[in-house]
Amino acid sequence: MPTLTINQQTIAVPDGTTIIQAAEQLGIEIPRYCYHPGLSIAGSCRMCLVEVEKMSKLQPACNTRVTDGMVVSTRSDKVRKAVSGVLEFLLINHPLDCPVCDQAGECFLQEYYMKFGLYDSRMDEDKIKRHKAEPIGPHVILDTERCILCSRCVRFVREISKSNEIGILNRGSRSEIRLLAGKALDNPYSANVVDICPVGALLDRDFRFQCRVWYLDQTPSICPGCSRGCNITLHVNQVRPHHADGRRVIRLKPRFNAEVNQWWMCDEGRYGSRFIDDPSRLIQPSVKTGGGFTEVSWAGALQLAAEKLGQALKIDKDSILVLPSAQLTNEDLFLIRRFLGVDLGITQIDFRVPDGQPKSEDDFLIRADKNPNTEGARAIVADPGSFDFQRYLESKPDSELSLLYVFEQDLVAKMGEAEAHGLLDRAAFVIYQGSNANSTSRLADLILPASTYAETEGTFTNFEGKVQRIHQAVEPLGDARWNWKIVQDLACILGRPYSYTDAESVFAELTHWVVEFEGLDYEKIGGSGVGLPNLTRTQVDNS
Amino acid sequence: MPELVLLKHCQESPSLTIDDYIKVGGYQTLRKALFEMKAEQVTEEVKKSGLRGRGGAGFPTGMKWGFIPKNLDKPRYLVVNADESEPGTCKDRVIIERVPHLLMEGIAIASYAIGAHCAYLYIRGEYYEQALILERTIHEAYRHSYLGKNILGSGFNLDVYLHRGAGAYICGEETALLESLEGKKGWPRLKPPFPAVYGLYGCPTVINNVETLASVPPIIEKGADWFAALGTPKNGGTRLYAVSGHVNRPGTYELPMGIPLREIIFNYAGGMKDNKAVKAVIPGGTSCPVLSSDEIDVKMDFDSVAAIGSMLGSGGVVVMNEDTCMVKVLLRIARFYAHESCGQCTPCREGTTWLRKILQRIHDGNGHQQDLEVLMDVAYNMMGTTICPLSDAAAMPVRSFIQKFRKEFEYHVYEKACDVGLVRA
Repeated sequence: MPTLTINQQTIAVPDGTTIIQAAEQLGIEIPRYCYHPGLSIAGSCRMCLVEVEKMSKLQPACNTRVTDGMVVSTRSDKVRKAVSGVLEFLLINHPLDCPVCDQAGECFLQEYYMKFGLYDSRMDEDKIKRHKAEPIGPHVILDTERCILCSRCVRFVREISKSNEIGILNRGSRSEIRLLAGKALDNPYSANVVDICPVGALLDRDFRFQCRVWYLDQTPSICPGCSRGCNITLHVNQVRPHHADGRRVIRLKPRFNAEVNQWWMCDEGRYGSRFIDDPSRLIQPSVKTGGGFTEVSWAGALQLAAEKLGQALKIDKDSILVLPSAQLTNEDLFLIRRFLGVDLGITQIDFRVPDGQPKSEDDFLIRADKNPNTEGARAIVADPGSFDFQRYLESKPDSELSLLYVFEQDLVAKMGEAEAHGLLDRAAFVIYQGSNANSTSRLADLILPASTYAETEGTFTNFEGKVQRIHQAVEPLGDARWNWKIVQDLACILGRPYSYTDAESVFAELTHWVVEFEGLDYEKIGGSGVGLPNLTRTQVDNS
Repeated sequence: MPELVLLKHCQESPSLTIDDYIKVGGYQTLRKALFEMKAEQVTEEVKKSGLRGRGGAGFPTGMKWGFIPKNLDKPRYLVVNADESEPGTCKDRVIIERVPHLLMEGIAIASYAIGAHCAYLYIRGEYYEQALILERTIHEAYRHSYLGKNILGSGFNLDVYLHRGAGAYICGEETALLESLEGKKGWPRLKPPFPAVYGLYGCPTVINNVETLASVPPIIEKGADWFAALGTPKNGGTRLYAVSGHVNRPGTYELPMGIPLREIIFNYAGGMKDNKAVKAVIPGGTSCPVLSSDEIDVKMDFDSVAAIGSMLGSGGVVVMNEDTCMVKVLLRIARFYAHESCGQCTPCREGTTWLRKILQRIHDGNGHQQDLEVLMDVAYNMMGTTICPLSDAAAMPVRSFIQKFRKEFEYHVYEKACDVGLVRA
């Protein structure tokens, strides 16, 4: 463990640590553009130059490994002059686009100018004109005038997406980021280049001109797009509701998690959040009347649901089918299991609805299982040997149902029209509890509008058994309510007054009931998740 | 006339063929190295000789060879840098044209010394005729078993490949050359790792200049002491000085290390044309800080030229007389580096073009009062802040020209005109 001193602060670091990493541990900021911990070292922006005792030249902190007894200064006059000089070089041809540039407010040219620049301009020449606002793929737009040629994006497409669509063409001050011949930046991870671009050269077409970044609040969450459970941040605009057509969750950014997604997320997940503020949202409990739906109060809706449930239980509890979803949180699933399964004794509960649609997957982040909580659902609602919906369909294709209670999934889309209609038609009463209208909700008799993952607290369990927390970024839209809360309210009417006050109290109880979760709590899960302590099952199938 | 080492057997016309070369004892040194010396002895001899890299940096050659790791289970490579591109330099070209087999013998001996079984000769694209000569030379050497499998029955194998560059100055920088050789864009590599450990295709690699390698056979033939004695301390041997500019007999002269610059100009290059006065001399290619007329008594070896703040560089001596407009010369130089910057590092990419633009403005009579200060400071910010020395190469002339000929620049800025004789702005 070599020990070094940076700006008079001493620290011991593991062998192979670079100065920029050691400085980070000490909380000393070394400005950088080309350096990104997830990419190879380019060492070309020259922003991270530091002075190392006994070395005549300034050294790039990103590529200089710590040696024992090294003495580093990041603030000497020589360093300040060099860094401010590099910044000046980067800015002499940079256009004055800040008022119309999406990056303004989170731009590292602005940031570092205020911290390390603050010189007066002495550039008398005409700025170099270049290509502006070129869409280079479905999600990304390129402005080469704003580009500082840090090459992060080029290294990303080489090293991470391995798709090689872009490169730096030409030489010297004529260098430019360009698409290679016949290519478009259309790999499944393309928008990550926007995240890692330190300036406004690569921008998100979806976010472009929608909202200034300083209006955005950030909430850590987990992408519900597949079973990987990429850590993300929801960027929410509640300050300027007239922007972006009223979308509250305005963009998603990946959040670093060393074990899950590192710095990245896929485009499918990133742009899969539109449903949160979509017009298709179910925002009011509704009852089917004649050809359409009539909005009713929660009290009325829950009363009706309780009645139907009570009647069905009297007929035969095996005439009830409950289909929860792996889109729900562990907390939601636990209350479904506890109330419907344990307390009411319903056995026909399964989250595994056969899904005939082809699913994409790859060997990086994207998983074929498009649910964020399959592992949680398996542990909570599907004991080994318990009710198997698939087998039920095969063995009892004609059995009548007195009640079908579907949570957050589109049976029609998954099972195909014929089979789904067959099932729904056999049910005397269908309750649909979910966030958005779909072909299944349209066939329901009662709709209970539920919150989305952005509107609730809770946990998901990813395919590796890692339990991770989601946080509420916005209020449930309209009259929508948290899933577990709806179940609790229903239970109350049927004489089971649970007293869970929040998701955490549900989770606390869950850890006592479900052995896989034993000993966990929200504090242990923390910001980066924790593996299920008692995951005994052998490797889970991927489908 | 001082003793010739490299051009000793040089004939007037066509390049020395293999038969001519063998007649004058060619490849006997290779035989000596292969059969009478261990590889380490060859390296040791080169170390002792004081041979320093002729590409411009003057790094001790034997020491460079010694950096090759001994016990690494990877192939080793010798890469010959024939990308001679420094403005004012045409020495490697003379070696290739006149004594190509001397170079080939040097390549074989050096490869033996470092344990390389494969050598790449990277020649600048513009040297087309020279590439043909080298192709023929390689072919002849193979035919005579000086290259190929089991050279002269010694058991040592060596293949030599010729690779033509595509016309980028930067590919003369050794790691950019490696990138180019690997088929990539000619961008200098971030160091460490250094080529001796991680070079061509990630293997230990020595990159030597043509003139450096041509100096190896004489060292092995006549001994390190003889070679060292030709020059000054720590600067062994002779050098090819390519003299251009306002002299009567421009050309490439082989002269001992440490010969005074004045002697090169007046004794060998025939003195100044039309007896005009010397105004300035660039001692080793345009990237070296310029010398004024009162500095030309400097001894032309690496250390002496460095002592007065310039560099011996590639030995390209550019002589300028009293009628030369220094603004115009500097603009020419600045244009070159702006054109040739690879664009990787910020200070060089942006700085070289900025310098060019300011100089163009001054030259065109649109200079501003603060321009010279900006030039000096921009050049300062470019020095020592990049991956490779091109940024320094562009900055040093700017600083030295303005420091030594400031009045001339000021005249351009304030009077919007040139105050020197014939060469008008």
